Amino acid sequence: MHLRGVVLEAHQNYVLEMKDIRKVFPGVVACDGVNLNVRKGTVHALVGENGAGKSTMMKILAGEYIPDQGEIYFQGKKAVISSTRDALNLGISTVYQELNLVPEMTIAENIFLGRELVDSSRMFVRFKDLYAQAGKYLQELGLKYDPRTKINKLSVSGAQMVEIAKGISRGASLIVLDEPTSAITDSEVDVLFTQIRNLKKKGITFIYISHKMNEIFSISDDVTVMRDGKWVGTHGIKEMNEKKLISLMVGRELSEMFPKVACDIGETVFEVKNLTKKGVFSNISLSVKKGEILGISGLMGAGRTELARAIFGLDSIDSGEILVEGRKAVIKSPADSIRQGVVMLPEDRKQVGLVLIRSVLENIGLSNLDQFTSYELLNIRKERKVCADIAKRVGVKAHNLQVQVKTLSGGNQQKVVICKWLLQKLKVLILDEPTRGIDVGAKSEIHRLMGEFAKKGMAVIMISSELPEMLGMSDRIMVMREGEISGELTREEATQEKIMTLAMGGRKQ
Amino acid sequence: MSDNVSKGKDRSVSRIAKEIYSKYGILIILVIMLVGSTLLTPVFLTQRNLINVMRQMSVIFIIACGTTMVIISGMIDLSSGSVAALSGVVATGMMVATKSAPLAVAVGIIVGGLCGAVNGAFITTFKLPPFIMTLAMMISARGLVLLYTGGIPISGIGNLNVLGQGFILGVPIPIIIMMIIFGITWVLLNRMKFGRYIYAIGGNEEAAIASGVSVKRVKAMTWIINGMFVGLAGVILMARINSGQPAAGQMYELDAITTVVLGGTSLSGGIGTIQGTLAGAMIIGILNNVLNLLNVSPYYQQILKGAIIVTAVILDIKTKEIRAKS
Repeated sequence: MHLRGVVLEAHQNYVLEMKDIRKVFPGVVACDGVNLNVRKGTVHALVGENGAGKSTMMKILAGEYIPDQGEIYFQGKKAVISSTRDALNLGISTVYQELNLVPEMTIAENIFLGRELVDSSRMFVRFKDLYAQAGKYLQELGLKYDPRTKINKLSVSGAQMVEIAKGISRGASLIVLDEPTSAITDSEVDVLFTQIRNLKKKGITFIYISHKMNEIFSISDDVTVMRDGKWVGTHGIKEMNEKKLISLMVGRELSEMFPKVACDIGETVFEVKNLTKKGVFSNISLSVKKGEILGISGLMGAGRTELARAIFGLDSIDSGEILVEGRKAVIKSPADSIRQGVVMLPEDRKQVGLVLIRSVLENIGLSNLDQFTSYELLNIRKERKVCADIAKRVGVKAHNLQVQVKTLSGGNQQKVVICKWLLQKLKVLILDEPTRGIDVGAKSEIHRLMGEFAKKGMAVIMISSELPEMLGMSDRIMVMREGEISGELTREEATQEKIMTLAMGGRKQ
Repeated sequence: MSDNVSKGKDRSVSRIAKEIYSKYGILIILVIMLVGSTLLTPVFLTQRNLINVMRQMSVIFIIACGTTMVIISGMIDLSSGSVAALSGVVATGMMVATKSAPLAVAVGIIVGGLCGAVNGAFITTFKLPPFIMTLAMMISARGLVLLYTGGIPISGIGNLNVLGQGFILGVPIPIIIMMIIFGITWVLLNRMKFGRYIYAIGGNEEAAIASGVSVKRVKAMTWIINGMFVGLAGVILMARINSGQPAAGQMYELDAITTVVLGGTSLSGGIGTIQGTLAGAMIIGILNNVLNLLNVSPYYQQILKGAIIVTAVILDIKTKEIRAKS
């Protein structure tokens, strides 16, 4: 084994050793002989494309799955984790992407959920102590929240910190963070990272799952790469670089991260004038030309998603107008918008983009049934053929078109939404975080598709929180801050620093 | 050695059983019930008895067709029993007044459709939860029945009773109507935009809106179609009992919901088939029939029915778990 020299040293250096883990689901080998050795007091990144087996490994660690084979050693002792309770009792705590907090309850109630402090009768909760103790934990983490605050009043990153506090209050010494930054802004990431570093000093170990390269390099000490359920290798982060890591993940060199194709930019197809929704965004004007990709950058909460939803007719506006090909368009619902050839790939594809429990076929067909209908009856054969053709063209990988969309990976789900819209006569395509939570391979495929759309003469509006993607794909970048446009940059003049300055409130040079 | 072999065999047999079950689910329960019933009582498998079973389940099944669509779209209808009664008594009244059976049937369907339209209008306009709206409709429609009849059965149903008691080519008319409604529902669910839309709305309403579906219109349509089915069922109900009975149809909404859920339709919406509902209706129909043939006390019948519903739905959940894993 070409693990680092550390592997030969004694057990005690590792807080966690997962050895030769194998887990088989009907039809899929999710993990096949995977090793994961995590040094105490480090941040250990676990990377790999979606479907590489990272989640399965972490679910085994959290006691949600029982491995078919393999052993787990925790703090030098052999550990049997056969339920989530076992994992918690050992001191292993997992913070999932979808947070496990009750939004209507207070921070303190959430921290002590299921093990409330009770009085001698064991019937009544000692709220005073509960809040005092919770306050103590928050203070230890340097969080300035009142423990009586309800979770739904917190930002996503705030809720994440509460999850971490909850783990620590249970005596966790190993915390698994599953894509903790997918829903938080860059400044919140900084706060999170500071917390992680502080906790590291106290001897707490982290396993960090993320798709974001810059984060992996800035926070982690070691990195384990998985691919197709197999262990590819564990390396110190210092001996790694981005390119090397990506090639380990995909097993091939990515020739070009952003395949931006030069295309002829035509006349303006889409204009928004003085769009205002009180308290959300105000006076937004923008225009996009044929073949152009307009990037909208900004921090979380800058009103970008809200703007996209309003343009698409999902939310109402207070004033302003929308022009398609120079004509004023009345858009009161997505149906109106689709009729105008303006469609959106929503940020939250599971909530807004797809009917997860229905089939790939039905999801692709949903917006396009008129094409398959004659005399009120659906032509099933035609529908199947058209949907199969488009799915093939876009490269949806699914067993067949009848499987539920929820069984597909994130990237393939996104492609299903794209298929749905490609069957329409599109003029404007709004993409809200098109590659969030999507593995590297599928990401570049979606970027390639975006280039294709522009080349075909569509006007593309892309909202993204990933600066490299923003810089790599856009012809022009508009930056939003607190519901207003704070500046615009051409492809040539844009840099990460300039965008961040505009997004965070600096003045345009 | 031989031990190992037999063990392996066992496992594969149980796996095959699981696979078959996960594919056909409720149908297997139906077949088991058919076989069991035949063994328990020889009378069961006679043409006359089987036709009887189907005739008895016809009214509930027609209501259940509407309920299936309502539940697939993520809603619930508690008003169908009362609305069936209202449609039935008004149709009977129309029959007494005009002596025209076609007109009476049409009026019954229209009354049901109107009640459905009212449900739909309130649910889509004021975003009332369907549970509350149809609960209110259940109470008010029953009040209208009592108001219309004065609490006294309407007699003089005349030849409208053909609808409940007549035959065409030896097949009872209620069964024919039931099969026609089954066919219409199948086409609505599987061969029309409407069906796709209600599956999508029940599966994820916001995604349906964002895909350009006019959710309000589709929901209103669902309620109107459901109401018309219920109206028709109400007329058949009165035709079967030969008069306009103000107390008829009580608890039918729950029987219909039971049938639908037994047939594998998910109460959270988005999943379900009309074939499943048919199987569910037959299971309940056979159960009633056999228990009667065996002279089981109606008290025990009720208890047993509750237990069987729970068992069947547990089996269904387990099947879905197996299916989800594979």
